[in-house]
Amino acid sequence: MARAVTTQHKTIATAAAWIVALLIFFPILYTIITSFKSEQEAIQGFNLIPSGTFESYSEVQQQSGYFKFFFNSVLLSVGSTILALIVAIPAAWSMAFSPTKRTKDVLMWMLSTKMMPAVAVLFPIYLIFRDSGLLDSRIGLTVMLMLINLPIVVWMLYTYFREIPGEILEAARMDGASLWNEIIYVLTPMAIPGIASTMLLNIILAWNEAFWTIRLTTTNAAPLTAFISSFSSPQGLFWAKLSAASTLAIAPILIMGWFSQKQLVRGLTFGAVK
Amino acid sequence: MKLRTLILGLLSASALAFAAHAESITIATVNNGDMVRMQKLTDDFTKANPDIQLNWVTLEENVLRERVTTDIATKGGQYDVLTIGTYEVPIWAKQNWLLPLDKLGDDYDVKDIIPAIAGGLSVDGKLYAAPFYGESSFVMYRKDLMEKAGLKMPDAPTWDFIKQAADKMTDRANGVNGVCLRGKAGWGENMAFLTAMSNSFGARWFDENWKPQFDQPEWKNTLQFYVDLMKADGPEGASSNGFNENLALFQQGKCGMWIDATVAASFVSDPKASQVADKVGYALAPDNGLGKRGNWLWAWSLAIPAGTQKADAAEKFVSWATSKHYLELVASKEGWANVPPGTRSSLYANPEYQKAAPFAKMTLDSINAADPTHPTVKPVPYVGVQFVAIPEFQGLGTTVGQLFSAALAGQSSVDDALKQAQDAATAAMTEGGYIK
Repeated sequence: MARAVTTQHKTIATAAAWIVALLIFFPILYTIITSFKSEQEAIQGFNLIPSGTFESYSEVQQQSGYFKFFFNSVLLSVGSTILALIVAIPAAWSMAFSPTKRTKDVLMWMLSTKMMPAVAVLFPIYLIFRDSGLLDSRIGLTVMLMLINLPIVVWMLYTYFREIPGEILEAARMDGASLWNEIIYVLTPMAIPGIASTMLLNIILAWNEAFWTIRLTTTNAAPLTAFISSFSSPQGLFWAKLSAASTLAIAPILIMGWFSQKQLVRGLTFGAVK
Repeated sequence: MKLRTLILGLLSASALAFAAHAESITIATVNNGDMVRMQKLTDDFTKANPDIQLNWVTLEENVLRERVTTDIATKGGQYDVLTIGTYEVPIWAKQNWLLPLDKLGDDYDVKDIIPAIAGGLSVDGKLYAAPFYGESSFVMYRKDLMEKAGLKMPDAPTWDFIKQAADKMTDRANGVNGVCLRGKAGWGENMAFLTAMSNSFGARWFDENWKPQFDQPEWKNTLQFYVDLMKADGPEGASSNGFNENLALFQQGKCGMWIDATVAASFVSDPKASQVADKVGYALAPDNGLGKRGNWLWAWSLAIPAGTQKADAAEKFVSWATSKHYLELVASKEGWANVPPGTRSSLYANPEYQKAAPFAKMTLDSINAADPTHPTVKPVPYVGVQFVAIPEFQGLGTTVGQLFSAALAGQSSVDDALKQAQDAATAAMTEGGYIK
């Protein structure tokens, strides 16, 4: 009897999970479906079966050239993530293993920078970029993306590092390991799952960042967010083309997320249940 | 092998040298059919000007406006040519943010630009932006449904006629709404339509001393008429409909009439996109016999920011893109119906264009019926037909748009919406120092 209830519960839970997943995924699915419609089909109301035309894709490619934007997206998201890890690993290490009275405050302060709307600092940042010649440069934008995601990276790494027993590091120190050796040969290998999931999440965040990437670029450094934006139009119906552009822009990150979902879920729920 | 390397090296070096010599200009633009077409035709320009390279930045209208404003206000120098509208040109020109266009070339023929359009893009008699395409608004209607209703659309209808026709055409059982109008909140969305409409009702945003006028009977008449008309004959959920939503409804045969941008004519009459392409008629925007019609005036135009280092190359490009030669180029490649409309008088005198675009005469008449310098029945201190050309208008127009959109959705009464609009406008004008 007890077993029957469990099976029933399981079925209900599975069904509920599928429904929620479908609800969340449906807008993306419909975007993909719309991208295979003609413009006329796209405006004709709800329809799940497209005619299967690739017309929008070829027009989008002709009009804007996908790969230049794709290359910038890869460069910016991976570059900013590596840069963020270089800064965040030592920072999280010091806060996790040699906490002071103010460590919690510092962590909170870092997070508080995420609470301000980005547009509030648009002008100061724009002026700094202008004066340092960083407008529309990949380097400038990589640093910018690193900075805006840094609080989250530090927080995540801090949470993972806290799970690692300090005694292991002490033991390494007693064996004569230097600070660098301790971080590189002892801490990092143990924290690899945590670092990997932080990295993945940060790549996704940087890939999807659409405020600064549109406002600080024009042509050279413009990533896929600018590519999508160029197909949005208040006058004229370009829904199929816009959907094709969106599908092209999210496809790489969707595929990456699919392959690394185990890592991602593990990383995100790490330490959540004790 | 060595020889090949050497040749390749030399070739790349010369390519680099050429690239270094070529001047590249960055053009910020919006995504619409005419602009996309221009990007495809730029070979014609680069062949004649091999030393100028063109970089395009295409953005959604509101994002573009914000990006360009940030750049121009901080003198960021990211763009050499800007696509801006009739709202920005007078404000930016007065701020010295734009360069006057006085070197457009001998064969450019500035006088050929339609006077109403040129007037909206000039300050103190100097042209600060060259129109790429111009538009007004007019009535697009279904000839078959009008006939079925036993009515004939006059060339210049009144609002009463529109109401009468809408009532008769509405057939909700068959999904036909008598009239589709903008309801989505925004200064360039519902307020473009409502401000133009209010002109024909004798209303105005401000009196000569910048005192807001939403407490006057003219505005009450405008908004009440609009809300009643839409409730009786408009589509469901009209308060979230903008240009694109109404375009989709009209193309699917769900609207008897649609009053919107003249540029829509080429979409609704395109048999590839519209199910009603062969049944569309056109008429001037309605009036109330007060001397002003409810149509607007807008021109997407090319301007050169004062911060550019490449003004000469930029002006060469602006001259090419807005020239008579460009219109002929589009006609030769894609037919006369696809030529950007509403900028040059000579286009409307061209018999080939008249034949290809049945809406040509009505477009020109609509443009000529709008006067941005005297937009209202009573005198006003501002320029602009469907907007007020002051920097505060973007924010204020959108706030008022939200209030009026809520009135259309039935979330507030017409009186409440007008009272709140009056308060918001008074606050904005006081803060801006226009009134005490």
